[in-house]
Amino acid sequence: MTSAAPLALQGAGLSYGPRTVWSGVDLEVGRGEFLTVLGPNGSGKTSLLQTILGLQPLTAGRLSILGRPAHRGSRDVGYVPQQRRIDPVTPIRARDLVRLGIDGDRWGVGRGGRALRATVDALLDSVGAAAYADVPVGLLSGGEQQRVRIAQALGTRPAVLLCDEPLLSLDLRHQHEVTALIDRTRTTTGAAVVFVTHEINPVLPYTDRVLYLAPAGHAVGTPDEVLTSDKLTALYGTPVEVVRTRGDRVLIVGGDEHSHHVEEAS
Amino acid sequence: MSVQTLVHVATASDPWWERMFSFDNYGALLALVHNSLLAGAVLGLVGGLVGVFVMQRDMAFAVHGISELSFAGAAAALLFGLDVAAGSVAGSLLAAIVIGLLGSRARDRSSIIGVLMPFGLGLGVLFLALYPGRAANKFGLLTGQIVAVDDTRLSWLLSISAVVVVSLLVIWRPLTFASVDPDVAAARGVPTRALSLVFMLLLGLAVALAVQVVGALLVLSLLITPAAAATRVSASPLVVPLLSVLFAVVSAVGGILLALGGNVPISPYVTTISFVIYVVCRVVGRRRSRRGWVHRPASGTPGARTEEAAEPVV
Repeated sequence: MTSAAPLALQGAGLSYGPRTVWSGVDLEVGRGEFLTVLGPNGSGKTSLLQTILGLQPLTAGRLSILGRPAHRGSRDVGYVPQQRRIDPVTPIRARDLVRLGIDGDRWGVGRGGRALRATVDALLDSVGAAAYADVPVGLLSGGEQQRVRIAQALGTRPAVLLCDEPLLSLDLRHQHEVTALIDRTRTTTGAAVVFVTHEINPVLPYTDRVLYLAPAGHAVGTPDEVLTSDKLTALYGTPVEVVRTRGDRVLIVGGDEHSHHVEEAS
Repeated sequence: MSVQTLVHVATASDPWWERMFSFDNYGALLALVHNSLLAGAVLGLVGGLVGVFVMQRDMAFAVHGISELSFAGAAAALLFGLDVAAGSVAGSLLAAIVIGLLGSRARDRSSIIGVLMPFGLGLGVLFLALYPGRAANKFGLLTGQIVAVDDTRLSWLLSISAVVVVSLLVIWRPLTFASVDPDVAAARGVPTRALSLVFMLLLGLAVALAVQVVGALLVLSLLITPAAAATRVSASPLVVPLLSVLFAVVSAVGGILLALGGNVPISPYVTTISFVIYVVCRVVGRRRSRRGWVHRPASGTPGARTEEAAEPVV
């Protein structure tokens, strides 16, 4: 049995008028693979997510999810956003947020029902959030919210799990917990993980491959292949140095004040 | 024609408490305001449901802005001899569309409303000043009155209410998603912008209905207070709308019943009832959040206390 890859890009490119954001991206992300998308601000990381979500059409090439073109509202793509403050009196509990991930895009009031409730309970349980299923989301800590977010994104059994800076504004311990959970998820569900971040270190141990988007091009490969001084110097078009610390952290130091992009050990 | 002119129950020469509460001839009065009570109950239903989304979308200020333009529309209709209700609906919808189109971001929205609101109120005052008719009619638009709702007017109110309620039920889930979780809703393909515009129109209609009963200044008491009270005591997406509707209906119908015998406008009664409900809910909700929303095992992840813990430990 051969099945199409969760995510495949062939000669994919995106331009806004004369400005090319990225072009010629060839990439296939397999089941359970962890792809980390890196790059400075404005390099098109968010645009890439938008194209995978079907909210933004490519201007060149093809993008397919399980062999079919990406389309708006696809249930094969799950989306984990960055943590955002939610007002504590917003009447939405953890379980409601997860349920919206399953049927929030459907019309009508929805009848709920035992099966749906059981699914929601199972999802919350799978991310270790069962204890606060009935707590309003606004009262949860950042790390707890992100667990609930992951459960929400898994609600449609997606083939691709898009993570859009999910660690932003989390403290170090929660960063570790959330990345470990995402890593566990890809093995239990087989979903391909596309993890957009500006900080490689928390996800470095889990990353299979890196897609580095930069001003002068892009590169795909294992972290060891891509995160080298030569490669990044070529990508940025300006001297960049990659330093590996003994704790196996990566520091990327740009030579140019403006384009530089430092991965500090946090 | 107001009830007070049909059955004279109290006059300005009576002591103030008798002008506020008087239950002489109450049975006869009840029969007269049968339609008004029905209108109040339906308004409670609409206000309670719409209010849930107004809270979720943080649009209390927009409600106030729309109601002032609704007032201007009604005042213009009064001056030009047109149907007052139609005028208030027109004003509401116009304001809702302008706010919906120009103010997609919260900050823009607030400034646009801040600009529109005094303009609407000023226009309304101008039209009323030019209107040669009875002062009671003028005042009623701002502070509410129990008009003898005739059958034509009632069926009109009921039709608009039906449109609002049915539309809300149809878009309920995606609107909830787009309101509480806009980023993920957009990622999941929910048409957040279209829903936001549709909601603005429904809100405009609901405000126009409320202006008919409680007046432009006090629309918030039926569109915000009940939902705000409900969110204090529950976070369930089922319980909150039900409580909100219950609170709004009790306020509207209770207000009409109390106002019947008095000689003052209806709105003080409605606003007081809804305010008391809100205060009670806050007290109940405070106890609940101090005890912790649900019982959580203290073990599990140590130090998992929220960074933005809602209640300080007392």
